[in-house]
Amino acid sequence: MNSITSAIRRVVSPLRCNTDQVLRGCQFRSLSFAAQAAEEKSIEETTPNPAVKMNLFTAVNSALQVALATDDSAVVFGEDVAFGGVFRCSSDLQAQFGSERIFNTPLCEQGIVGFGIGLAASGTTAIAEIQFADYIYPAFDQLVNEAAKYRYRSGGMFNCGGLTVRTPCGAVGHGGHYHSQSPEAYFCHTPGLRVVTCRDPFTAKGLLLASIREEDPVIFLEPKVLYRASTGMVPEGDYEIDLGKAEVVRKGRDVTMVGWGAQIRVLLEVAEQVEKELQVSCEVVDLQSLLPWDVDTVSKSVQKTGRLLIAHEAPVTSGLGSEISAAVQENCFLSLKAPIQRIAGYDLPFPFIHEKNYLPGKQRCTEGVLKAIDY
Amino acid sequence: MLRSTRHITRHAARALVTIRYPGAATAPYTSSLNLEHAEAVPPMSCFRIMNERGKLLPGAVDYGAEVVGKEKAVDLFKCMLRLNEMDVTLLQAQRQGRIAFYMSTFGEEAAVIGSAAALRDDDTIFAQYREHGVLLYRGMNYDFFCNQCCGNVLDSAKGRQMPMHFGSNEKHFHTISSPLATQIPHAVGAAYSLKMQGSKQAVAVFFGEGAASEGDFAAAINMAAVMDLGVLFLCRNNGYAISTRSTEQYRGDGIARRAVGYGVAALRVDGNDIWATMRAVEEARKFSKENDKPALLELMTYRTSHHSTSDDSARYRSEDEMSMYAQSASPIDRLRKYLVARQWWDVGEEEEFRNEQRQQVINALTKAETAPKPGVDTMFDDVYACKPAHLVAQEKEVTERLRK
Repeated sequence: MNSITSAIRRVVSPLRCNTDQVLRGCQFRSLSFAAQAAEEKSIEETTPNPAVKMNLFTAVNSALQVALATDDSAVVFGEDVAFGGVFRCSSDLQAQFGSERIFNTPLCEQGIVGFGIGLAASGTTAIAEIQFADYIYPAFDQLVNEAAKYRYRSGGMFNCGGLTVRTPCGAVGHGGHYHSQSPEAYFCHTPGLRVVTCRDPFTAKGLLLASIREEDPVIFLEPKVLYRASTGMVPEGDYEIDLGKAEVVRKGRDVTMVGWGAQIRVLLEVAEQVEKELQVSCEVVDLQSLLPWDVDTVSKSVQKTGRLLIAHEAPVTSGLGSEISAAVQENCFLSLKAPIQRIAGYDLPFPFIHEKNYLPGKQRCTEGVLKAIDY
Repeated sequence: MLRSTRHITRHAARALVTIRYPGAATAPYTSSLNLEHAEAVPPMSCFRIMNERGKLLPGAVDYGAEVVGKEKAVDLFKCMLRLNEMDVTLLQAQRQGRIAFYMSTFGEEAAVIGSAAALRDDDTIFAQYREHGVLLYRGMNYDFFCNQCCGNVLDSAKGRQMPMHFGSNEKHFHTISSPLATQIPHAVGAAYSLKMQGSKQAVAVFFGEGAASEGDFAAAINMAAVMDLGVLFLCRNNGYAISTRSTEQYRGDGIARRAVGYGVAALRVDGNDIWATMRAVEEARKFSKENDKPALLELMTYRTSHHSTSDDSARYRSEDEMSMYAQSASPIDRLRKYLVARQWWDVGEEEEFRNEQRQQVINALTKAETAPKPGVDTMFDDVYACKPAHLVAQEKEVTERLRK
């Protein structure tokens, strides 16, 4: 498998060099319409990889198409993926790539992940779907005890690096306990796994392709609220966004705001608002890779701004925000002008009718910014 | 409303048919109400070729003579003796504090060595933890086992796991992990991968009857059945999961009958009869590869040994029971009787052979325990394909501390 992966890397590397060019697509959502149109035009003119408007689920679909077309060993499997999946991320793939490569599995998460590990350990690129992140726990043992340790425990003789587990996560407005969870912290405590998420169609495709081709097992969390709601220009062809790197999606001077997934949308809106109304300048950092995560980019930003707010949907206690907070405190102790603000889900099972009050929404994040500024 | 009315009208034009429910499309209808009782189904027979005295059962094919032949039969017997001697020696070594842990195969030598012998040497194996005999059969020497048990620089897994967690890429034997049954779905994935690649290799997975209670067993066997994958499920039913008897593990007719419920071909085999084991594995392998269908063999055996060096089985089973099985069930005694009856083995040679092997194991262990341990810098390798920044920093911290 290593030879297949490295062959792909060789083919893809010229495109990776172009990521700066295509990365400009990431900024679209925070640009004015006029600026966005100009940017779209410039991408169309300058890149051999033309961009089209996609939403997040079509960007995932596009990433899967590219992965399947560039790697004959790649397979996509999970519950209901054959007809397109409950979120339509695998639409039309079976017609294009056949039922040997795109197939349903029985309803059994631990089986899906265990099966994927066996595939990957035998040289196949395994792209598994767990229908909802809330249902990944039967596969917890397979992910934590098996996938994460497969390479280490064999001294590098065997590995299941070809495994990627895609799963929709996060709040969706009506999901209650079992269609809303963000389980990233459980997996971020596990050496050997990579955990990756995305904020928009462009990052979804680039990060998913990088995850599929990464030689480590990856859990790829897709914020399901964005599947249809988030749109943006996405190159039709092949590109990757580096794993392990955060991205500064909005520059600022006064407060660093760190988040990931759908929370970035909230943070960008808060940043616009506090800039306009209070002349507070916020820098927004999208972590993208949650394990390993980019301590340097976050620390540099905090050393500049002196203030940090971390926001995530998952419960606050032992959430990933706690880890980021501790690391920043170690790296930026003398730069900090205020206590680090953790704005996160409350320590509750995800509530149905009180979702709005539970989530780290605009109001709570704005209060956090003000607390940091006024300290 | 209009749409739904049209919908009904269109379908109303069709004649009524006897429906077939998708979940059981071939089930006939009946007006008699009968709960099917498990007890009403007679227990699945246990396939054997030779009895406790090494004598052929009436009508049995003399597999040892007609298929295996003298030379290989003696080799197999020697392999069982070697496994036995290695187990005895390393078990003692653990008692002396020379290695941290050990698990022996006493009483189950035929199930393990017989299975290995009936598979091709390049068939992929996913093992539980009491199948190191497969590696011995495939040619691994005592050094390999002792190096792993000591976790020294020569251990291919760099001293990262407890003793008994063997693995070898070269021998197509995936590295063992302690959690039970997790390897079973891996075998199903591996079989899918090999099928896609058009490989002639088969995939066999070992597990115990206790592990079959885990969800991963159900997950894996069902997936193999639904996906038409020629996985060989080799269940060593040795009667105990540590102290838990098989009677406390399940109520049905063992594991083989369960496989049938999943739509998987199954056979119960006397796992202490090496010829029965080999013949069954050979047939099941052929069936699986030719038909792309899984098969399960329930290899009936008895764990004469303690579960591991951390266990004292006298606390949960009687001396009487243990000595009965040790005396009557021994797969080594059974094969010896078969060989001696054909004058293929001279019992006088056995002690010398055993002593030789024991000495070789002791030599290997002495070498292994004096070999250096892997450097602390290797502790941070292989977590990821490329070492990420935080591990580079942690590695630096450890190496600098040790340099002071």
